[in-house]
Amino acid sequence: MSVEFKVNGKAAKASAETDTPLLWVLRDELGMTGTKFGCGAALCGACTVHVNGQPVRSCQTPLASVAGKSVATIEGLGTNGKLHPLQMTWIQHQVPQCGYCQSGQLMSAAALLETNKNPTDADIDAAMSGNICRCGTYQRMRAAIHDAAALMRNA
Amino acid sequence: MIETQTSRRDFLKTSSTSAGGLMLAMSLPVVAGKSMAAGTVHTPNAWVHIGDDNSITLLNAHSEMGQGVYTSMSMLVAEELNVDLDQVNVVSAPPAAVYVNALLGAQITGGSTSVRDGWEKLRVAGAQVREMLFSAAAAKWGVDKSQLTSSRGIVSGPGGKTATYGELADAASKLPVPEKVALKDPKDFRLVGTRAPRVDLMIKTNGTAQFGIDATLPGMVYAALAQCPVIGGTPVSFDDSKAKAMPGVIAVVKIADGVAVVADTWWRAKKAKDTLTVTWDRGAGANISDDSAFAGTRQAIASGKVIEITKPVGNVDEAMKGAAKTMQAEYVQYWQSHSPLEPMNFTADVKGDKVTLVGPTQFQQGAQGSVAAALGVKPEDITLKTTYLGGGFGRRIELDFIVQAAQISKSVGKPVKLVWSREDDMTHDFYRPLAVNQMKGAMDKSGMPVALEFKVGSQSVTQRAFGLPKDTLDPFMVEAAVPGYNIPNAKFDLMIHDTGVRVGYMRAVSHNHNAFANESFIDEMAKAAGKDPYAYRMALLQNSPRHANVLKLAAEKAGWGKPLPAGRAHGIALMEGYDTYMAQVAEVSVTNGVVRVHKVTVAVDAGMLINPDTVEAQVQGAIILGMGPALKNRIHIKNGEVQEQNFNTYEPIRAYEAPHVDVILVKSSEKPGGIGEPATAVVGPAIANAVAALTGKRVRSLPITAEVLSKA
Repeated sequence: MSVEFKVNGKAAKASAETDTPLLWVLRDELGMTGTKFGCGAALCGACTVHVNGQPVRSCQTPLASVAGKSVATIEGLGTNGKLHPLQMTWIQHQVPQCGYCQSGQLMSAAALLETNKNPTDADIDAAMSGNICRCGTYQRMRAAIHDAAALMRNA
Repeated sequence: MIETQTSRRDFLKTSSTSAGGLMLAMSLPVVAGKSMAAGTVHTPNAWVHIGDDNSITLLNAHSEMGQGVYTSMSMLVAEELNVDLDQVNVVSAPPAAVYVNALLGAQITGGSTSVRDGWEKLRVAGAQVREMLFSAAAAKWGVDKSQLTSSRGIVSGPGGKTATYGELADAASKLPVPEKVALKDPKDFRLVGTRAPRVDLMIKTNGTAQFGIDATLPGMVYAALAQCPVIGGTPVSFDDSKAKAMPGVIAVVKIADGVAVVADTWWRAKKAKDTLTVTWDRGAGANISDDSAFAGTRQAIASGKVIEITKPVGNVDEAMKGAAKTMQAEYVQYWQSHSPLEPMNFTADVKGDKVTLVGPTQFQQGAQGSVAAALGVKPEDITLKTTYLGGGFGRRIELDFIVQAAQISKSVGKPVKLVWSREDDMTHDFYRPLAVNQMKGAMDKSGMPVALEFKVGSQSVTQRAFGLPKDTLDPFMVEAAVPGYNIPNAKFDLMIHDTGVRVGYMRAVSHNHNAFANESFIDEMAKAAGKDPYAYRMALLQNSPRHANVLKLAAEKAGWGKPLPAGRAHGIALMEGYDTYMAQVAEVSVTNGVVRVHKVTVAVDAGMLINPDTVEAQVQGAIILGMGPALKNRIHIKNGEVQEQNFNTYEPIRAYEAPHVDVILVKSSEKPGGIGEPATAVVGPAIANAVAALTGKRVRSLPITAEVLSKA
């Protein structure tokens, strides 16, 4: 038995037990290691992906629940060799340190900017507080999200 | 996919003018990374390889764990080599004596030493290669070296002659390595000192950076490991009947530290591991508790062996007797967990007496040596590829998880990736030791200090990790013990107590508790004297100009003494650590007992800066890491078991709690200081002092939780 769904717009099929968290299907079965394991309990956000456009913690998302749905991961954030505005401003602000949490941070930020074109600091804090960064890059992420929002508004 | 193909190349004799002046002559195993050029790679020295295609590769001995060391080391080499940063590919260096960190005596990334170690060494490496290329060009064209210049990897000579480094590399690598090379005058730097972009930005924003947990080897299987809830406990027997019947399970093996389940995916291994029933010998740590550990530490301070930290000044006892006023206070800090976001993991492939290791480590030679000892193989038969580290903070100086991966691979005869769960990671850390600091002070009639007695009781990491003899001075317990203040009578004593808990070095190490005690106590003395805490400190810094300068800059930029919004207050703290001088002013408020830090203003004098942007980033980040133990985090131990398991009960600082950090960098021509750690230690006392100023409550233990504050 296998579960069919889409990953970054392409058809995907997984044969893991259907209660397997999407995180481990992506990483170990589909070989997409950009999505990271941090806590296994939806506490740190390192595993954040989008399912039908909504940010979810893939460590707590059973494979069965994504059947027929569209999953988006960090590997699909930029398209056709073009960076997402968030990736551009992330680089401008030199956000990443160790970098381990950054896939999850970017996916949470991308989900925020899908629904809020001009977020305040408070909006950003609310959307991003599920994502832990042990290196403490929060201040730069906040600035990068503001700048990316401006880029997207002016695009 | 991480390439682990290795080759062995004859290595030229080279000499280094770095600290220690080592003469180096060796045969170096070279790990061929993806960024290595096709075709011949020439090895003028241990750090710089130049390919025929003009590719330039830096073999970086320091692990990249976020601190920007791949960038800073590349900048040092590129500066002297007259190439741009985008021309340098960085790969991790293999374990080898040539890469030993001169400040630590081993190939370790830690102690905020990378730039201090590499500052001269990497520039020398770049300059040697440049000189060899110039010599090759001069010989080829029959001109004098002084007629040559270079830029972006191209040598130019008289009459419009040019040659790329790649074209000259073969000839250059056959020349003797110059023993002495001239380094650039800092005023001629074109790269060092600039806000150059990190070399790892792109791969860390598109998900392609390879961390240890992302490593794969052909035919690799996955392991999850059950360990005793009491660290040091060992498996006696186990029932694996359920686990063995589960899908994908390949083997269940006992190793020294526990019972491992090996499966075809990690999730299957982990699920099967959770069904194991293991009988443990809980070992010597089974009775440890917070209370017994603190009681033992206080007992050591009262009656244990006194280890002098530095020669006493004046006569403290006499000065105390004759003083107008004396005061004393005790400061406490608890165990803390490193908890880097990437849980411990390593990948190992043991094939007979040959071993391949891939993963995140801060200690390459330790990894090689400990696996060699555990498996009974020769260190030189172990190859190691260091990946990016998903945080380190000192946890990845330890070697436990590396040895475990190798033992499991040996048992099953396959390449194995061992991954710990978050719960494994938090309950099997090497914890930052608890510490008790007891301070006594005496003041004259004007309220200025005339005597200071500093006592610290804590546990020695160096005894455990490096076999430091008992009751001898552990330099990593007394950092920041001696403040920059001019106090005419002062003594500083250390008492060591082994609580039995497994302890480790954690970012800023003993600066954390010693700076908290010193900077809280001086604040308390200022208050008792009825003086402003900034002015009080300043009056004691006549002999410490670099301390005084950062204190003044931070206070001025923060608007010290000027009105703040209602319900807010400032606190200030000052420290020298890792040859870096730093002052912080924290602006806080308290709502329903919860301390909120709105802003931290930091002035930092770290000597000459390689990359000011990295320095700022390290200060910003180190403050966030330090705020966890200052406001929220504490590890509890009961019956030998660590109680906190995940980020719900040991919750790091989150985005909504992160203050704005304003960093002022002092321009300096002093030698570079370390910058990865000091800010972690200064933020705790700055916050505690601000809370005292705001609420009148002096909190002498960290973290300052709502519960702690309500009882203060």
